[in-house]
This record gives sequence, C-alpha cells and structure tokens, in this order.
Amino acid sequence: MSDTPKIRIRDLHMAFGGNRVLQGLDLDVAPGDSLVVIGGSGTGKSVLLKCILGLLAPQQGSIQVDGQEVVGLRGDELEAVRHKIGMLFQSAALFDSLSVWENVAFGLIHAEKTPRKEAREVALRRMAEVGLKPQVADLMPAELSGGMKKRVGLARAITTEPEIIFFDEPTTGLDPIIGAMIDKLIVEATRAVGATGLTITHDMASARRISNRMAMLYEGRIIWDGLTEDVDNSGNPYVEQFINGRAEGPIEMKIQDHFG
Amino acid sequence: MIPVLQPLGRTFLVFLEAAGRLALFTGEAVSHCLRPPFYPRAVLRQILDIGYYSLPVVGLTAIFTGMVLALQSYTGFARFSAESAIPNVVVVSITRELGPVLAGLMVAGRVGAAMAAEIGTMRVTEQIDALTTLATNPFKYLIAPRLIAATFVLPILVLIADIIGVFGGYLVSTYKLGFNGATYISNTIEFLEFQDVFSGLVKAAVFGFLIALMGCYNGFHSRGGAQGVGAATTNAVVSASILILSFNYLITEAFFAR
Ligand SMILES: Nc1ncnc2c1ncn2[C@@H]1O[C@H](COP(=O)(O)OP(=O)(O)O)[C@@H](O)[C@H]1O
Ligand SMILES: [Mg+2]
Repeated sequence: MSDTPKIRIRDLHMAFGGNRVLQGLDLDVAPGDSLVVIGGSGTGKSVLLKCILGLLAPQQGSIQVDGQEVVGLRGDELEAVRHKIGMLFQSAALFDSLSVWENVAFGLIHAEKTPRKEAREVALRRMAEVGLKPQVADLMPAELSGGMKKRVGLARAITTEPEIIFFDEPTTGLDPIIGAMIDKLIVEATRAVGATGLTITHDMASARRISNRMAMLYEGRIIWDGLTEDVDNSGNPYVEQFINGRAEGPIEMKIQDHFG
Repeated sequence: MIPVLQPLGRTFLVFLEAAGRLALFTGEAVSHCLRPPFYPRAVLRQILDIGYYSLPVVGLTAIFTGMVLALQSYTGFARFSAESAIPNVVVVSITRELGPVLAGLMVAGRVGAAMAAEIGTMRVTEQIDALTTLATNPFKYLIAPRLIAATFVLPILVLIADIIGVFGGYLVSTYKLGFNGATYISNTIEFLEFQDVFSGLVKAAVFGFLIALMGCYNGFHSRGGAQGVGAATTNAVVSASILILSFNYLITEAFFAR
C-alpha cells in the first residue's frame, strides 16, 4: 500500500459562473515529495489548493487524500482530513487579534486541546526553528515585517506536525534574499516534520530550490510534470517559455487570441 | 408589459436568493450556538466589547432621552394640568420603547459595524480560510460567541439605560420643573408594571441577536478587498437598524395588542 499517493486528483473541474478555471486537472503527489505547481497569475493555482482543502466545491472530479475521497465530505470527517494538512497562505493570513505565539499555537490549543502553557512552549520551539526570537512571541502581527509574518505563518503551519503542507506563493512580495531564506526554511521545516509538500508559485528560482518535482498548470490542466532536474529539457514549448520568462511563445499567442 | 415585468421578476429572484442565504446562515449559526465545543474565552471578550465599552454611549443616550422626555411631557401636559402624569410617562416610554430601541440603534452603529469590519477583513485577508485549515469552524469560533454575547448583554445594557433614563427625567423634573423628589420616585414605582420592563428586555435580547447576526452575515460574505469590507459595514448597520425598528413593532404588538 506504500504506493498510495498522498494526494491523487482526477478530472477536476471548477468553474465560477462562466469562468472555467480548472478543466479536467489530474495530479499525483507521492508521500515525501516536494511538488511545486508553476503557472501564471490567475491560472487557478490557489483555487486548486482550496478545492483540496474543501473550501471550494468542484463541479466534477475526484480528490483523494491518503486514499480517502474529499469531494463531498462534510463535518467531522472533513475536519479530520484538514487536520492532516497545514497551510502557509500567500499573505500569511495571521489572526490579527491574537499575539504571535497564540497564532503559532492556535492549532494546538483549539484542535488538539493542548493546555495553553504547554502550547506556548511548543510554539516557542517552532518559532526558534524558523529563526524567530522569543521576544517576538508577545508582539501582535501588525507589528511584524512581511518576512517575519511569513515565518510566523510557517511556524503556525508546522506546529501540529501535519502530514501535508501547502505553500501558496511563499516568496511573492518578498525581496530575493528574504525569499531565499524562506525557501530554505520551508525545505528544512518540511523535512523536520517529515511532511509532503505542495507549493504553488510563479517564482522559478524559488520553485527550483523547494521542489524535487514540478508540474505546470495551464488552461485548467497539468500540461507537464516531471523531476525538477528535467524541467530545463522538458521539450514542452509552454514550459520552456514559462521557465525562461520569454514574452514570445505559445502562451502569449493565447493571450492575443483572447483580445483578438 | 414584458420590459416592466422582467426587471421586477429578476429583483424578486435576487431577493429570494438573499433571503434563502440568510436563512441558511442563521440556521447554521444558531445550531453552532447550541452545540459544543464552546469558546468561553471568545464569548467573554465579546461581552466586554459589546457590553462594557458600549456603556458610555448608551448611558449618554439614555440620560438625554429621559431629560428631554420630562421636558416635552411637561410642556404638553401643563395645558391639561396633568403634570403629575410625567413620572409615569417617562418610565413607561423609556422601559417599553426608547430604552431598547435607542440602545439597539446605538449598539448597531458601534458594534454591528465593528463586527462586519472585523469579520470582513478576516474574510478578504484569508484569515477565515486559515481558521478552517487549522480545523476550527469559523461559525463556532467567530460567529457563535458574538451571537451569544450580544443576545445576553443587550438586556443588561437596556436595564442600565432604563435606570439612567428615569434618572434623567428625575433630574429635570426636580431641578427645573419643581417636582418633589420623593413624590417623583414613588409615582414612578407605583405606576410601573413588570410587563413594561420585561417586554423591553425581550426586545433588547432580540435586537442584540439581530445586530450580531447582521454584523457577522455581512462580514462573512464580503468580497473584494477594502471596498467590499466598507460596503459590508454599511449594510450591517442599515439592515440591523431596519430590522430593529420592524421587530420592535412586531414585539410590541405581541405584548400589548389585545
Ligand atoms: N471565490 C471565488 N469566486 C469567484 N471567482 C474566483 C474565486 N476564487 C478565484 N476565482 C477566480 O479564479 C481564477 C483563478 O484564481 P486563483 O486560483 O486565485 O489564481 P492564481 O493562480 O493566481 O492563484 C481567477 O480568474 C479568479 O478570478
Ligand atoms: Mg494565488
């Protein structure tokens, strides 16, 4: 049974009214993998993660987490699946009415009913792992810089030791040095809790640092996936255009089609 | 005919859809108020926010209302030499109507708006999604504590407003209109019926629920950044105010129309 994928998606369709965002997407994430899904802005990368978390209900298709179907799941069963998954949001999404340590310890206190004192100690350890000093613990999120917010968000995502961690554009909006630091922390933290990683980004440098596998999302489907070291020889014109950041190529042709 | 009916029909459908969505939201919210787990910490914080910090504005509203009520009744009743009815008029108007309605409207402006803004911001900055990924139900953690606290706290606020309002009437009557203080108080107590105060407190509980419901509903469904949050805030206050005034009529009719 060890080859049951951690996440297995088949023929996923998700539309908002007439806006068909995902159109028959297939994807497998094996246990222990760090898969990065690359794709342009607005191609539905965040929508994909929200479908897996059960925050959006797809019109058609199947999503399995550890072999369990998630689409249509409700109540306690859905919450049990969510408990396996940690997520770092694009804007960190820290709770701004709670202090830093309460943010980090949130899953322990509320989902696992850990006593607050104990939860605080675990939170401080997690914060140390992502390079945050104990003095930060009692600050409010509004007092932090963007890079520090990301670190707190990362610490919050790993405190409950989830089996799967999602990263939504972890480096977007950060300067290259802080971005590289966050990437390093993501790799270390994921390894430390032994989690499977699924990252979405349009930052190729970051994607190469984090991933051992990559997949490209385009027009609602995964049009290429493979090992990270093969991405430069994919032979796929869309992938080549994207990773080299060229203005000319099949992707631009499509954009012109839309306006023409 | 058709061009007139078409937009009418469409508006009606949109209205039905909104009403259905609100009904579902209310049902889910209430069911989470009744089932564990509860978040006592969150409820206490809301009680403090809604109750304690609303005291100044509700107190000021009540005292001026009581004062003006005494003054206006005097100018009216002096024409019939019926000045002795003033204590009665003041206490009945305040406990039955003005206490709950004015406190409700003030709290809707203060607390309903703040709830919509806070929950709306949490929605557009993905904090509500983050709650869900941390296996915490936003209905339980965000909405139920607000509904419980508001329903519980508004009657207490209104009781305090009643007392302050009557005191306002007393001040004006004794210092300005020449009433005897002891007579004013004994008249007030003599005429007051349990039903007057009780109906006001029932109104207060209903208004508290409506204020929190509108704040949470509009915040929870806000879309599209700062502008969406602004619209949610306005909608929360306007819809809560209209609901307060219409439910005020319905409850009054249920209590007193015989
Ligand atoms: N809740 C929603 N309601 C309606 N449309 C949405 C919603 N979420 C995303 N979309 C639409 O789906 C498309 C993909 O969005 P998203 O997944 O956020 O893109 P990205 O790949 O940049 O993360 C966009 O066109 C967006 O407008
Ligand atoms: Mg996105």
